[in-house]
Amino acid sequence: MKKFKLGKNMKDNIITYGIVIIAYVIMQILVSTGHVSSLMQGLLVPLCVYVILAVSLNLTVGILGELSLGHAGFMCVGAFAGAFFSKCMKNVITFGLLRFVLAILIGALAAGIIGFLIGMPVLRLRGDYLAIVTLAFGEIIKNVINVLYIGKDSRGLHFSTKDSLSLGLEPEGDVIINGAQGITGTPKDSTFTIGVILIILTLIIVLNLIHSRDGRAIMSIRDNLIAAESIGINITKYKLMAFSISAALAGVAGVLYSHNLNSLMATPKNFGYNMSIMILVFVVLGGIGNIRGSIISAVVLTLLPELLRGLSNYRMLIYSIVLIVMMLFNWSPKLIDLRKRYSLKRLLKRTREVQ
Amino acid sequence: MAALLEVKNLGISFGGLRAVDDFEISIKKGQLYGLIGPNGAGKTTIFNLLTGVYKPSEGVISLEGNNITGLKTIEINKAGIARTFQNIRLFKDLSVLDNVKAGLHNHYKYSTLEGILRLPNYFKMEKAMNEKAMELLKVFELEGEADYLAANLPYGKQRKLEIARALATEPRLLLLDEPAAGMNPNETMELMDTIRFVRDNFDMTILLIEHDMKLVSGICEELTVLNFGRILSQGKTSRVLNDPQVITAYLGE
Repeated sequence: MKKFKLGKNMKDNIITYGIVIIAYVIMQILVSTGHVSSLMQGLLVPLCVYVILAVSLNLTVGILGELSLGHAGFMCVGAFAGAFFSKCMKNVITFGLLRFVLAILIGALAAGIIGFLIGMPVLRLRGDYLAIVTLAFGEIIKNVINVLYIGKDSRGLHFSTKDSLSLGLEPEGDVIINGAQGITGTPKDSTFTIGVILIILTLIIVLNLIHSRDGRAIMSIRDNLIAAESIGINITKYKLMAFSISAALAGVAGVLYSHNLNSLMATPKNFGYNMSIMILVFVVLGGIGNIRGSIISAVVLTLLPELLRGLSNYRMLIYSIVLIVMMLFNWSPKLIDLRKRYSLKRLLKRTREVQ
Repeated sequence: MAALLEVKNLGISFGGLRAVDDFEISIKKGQLYGLIGPNGAGKTTIFNLLTGVYKPSEGVISLEGNNITGLKTIEINKAGIARTFQNIRLFKDLSVLDNVKAGLHNHYKYSTLEGILRLPNYFKMEKAMNEKAMELLKVFELEGEADYLAANLPYGKQRKLEIARALATEPRLLLLDEPAAGMNPNETMELMDTIRFVRDNFDMTILLIEHDMKLVSGICEELTVLNFGRILSQGKTSRVLNDPQVITAYLGE
């Protein structure tokens, strides 16, 4: 009989989950002993949002191998779908957690469907062309939501793209999405704990997908499209699958984001292409296709500006220098060589050999 | 005996260029068939036509009596034709084992949900896939490198891995595009044995493109010689290789 052996992948995954859980425990201890400033505490949920976004984008960029610059758009869809549901159901479902779980599912579903619909035409393109088209779609989503007015009264839902008056609501009716002013009064359901649970769920979905039959198919398309086709892998199906799952997870991050704010607006700052590019920076810095790296780089790059707050004017300068240095440290061939030569693993091995 | 692959009147034009014209071939089950010709004669184009990469302008391709003309590449693979490529196309960043497992994709199935939730069927199927893949790797003496990234294999082994991956799709007909390209004489000899072994042990029918005449005359039972997209000579290997027309095409007047 062969002994039960943990596969290398399994071990890797357990380390990744472990890092998240340990970081969570440490953070909770620090918070409860009062070592974390209120400013930092306010950053904990956004931190979870960015980690989920980075991991989900890595599924498109690293695993499927297609550059997408519209990730903030899918987050936007999830944020508004989730917040819309929560605000509608505020008085119907009073149990906060249940409402939030449903909101997350709805946000994920909405973003997944939009991802699927956008993916169908755009995934025919590759490389730079795909990047530009996804960028455009991300902007379209944001701008469509900016002119969307939805109200609710006893007769049901009303839609308009002009202004809140043309909704023709009854006097006691309620404007839920108010164009550029977005949604106000979303219940504040997001907590750090829920955020971490969502991170772990995201990791389970992404890591298990990668190490399964479907993940192999997706990666084979990344590595060689023509060969993948020649061994009977359905290119369109798997490209769409990876893209929609990635979009759906971005939607989850969006729901988490929107339930952390009192008023949700689609501005260029939170759902614009700057955001998409920032998520891409997390992914590239952490290593394309490296899920654990995405988590770490998202955390470091989100905390860094806050940690450097004391340096006031030099803050962004140091931020960019750190970014450049980290990129070089991670990816310059010379430095990789140097790191290997003086790595801890090798040092341990050498001392063992000496003994 | 009926032919496994029957091609009649196959032709394709790219713009004004007639790349393949009136191509006919009939391959019996279990045969080792060679397709040779000078550079640019249209050999790889014929492979691309057979596997649905190009749609033929005219002609009929039938596999085991079923018309497969104009089907998509994945449908043709499911119908039973697998191929390797002239310029190796492996999944470079996947392990050697995963390359073969990718080839098993359509034969061992479980749903996405079963994969994500790690339901029992996932473990059952993955185990069966691992066993089947290792079995194939053993045939090509690659079992020791199962965990390597495909890109890190030496050239000769990459060629073998490509054949293993093609066989994983359980084809009836295997198309090999210059399997011996870039190999030294020893590796070529070894490859000839492997090809014979595959034919005998997998009940495979093989059509191969090759420039190495020693390999062609050593293992192919029948040959078709192409020149400028047209058939120059066709038949038993010994007869074709002595055909004055073939000699002229290769060596000049």
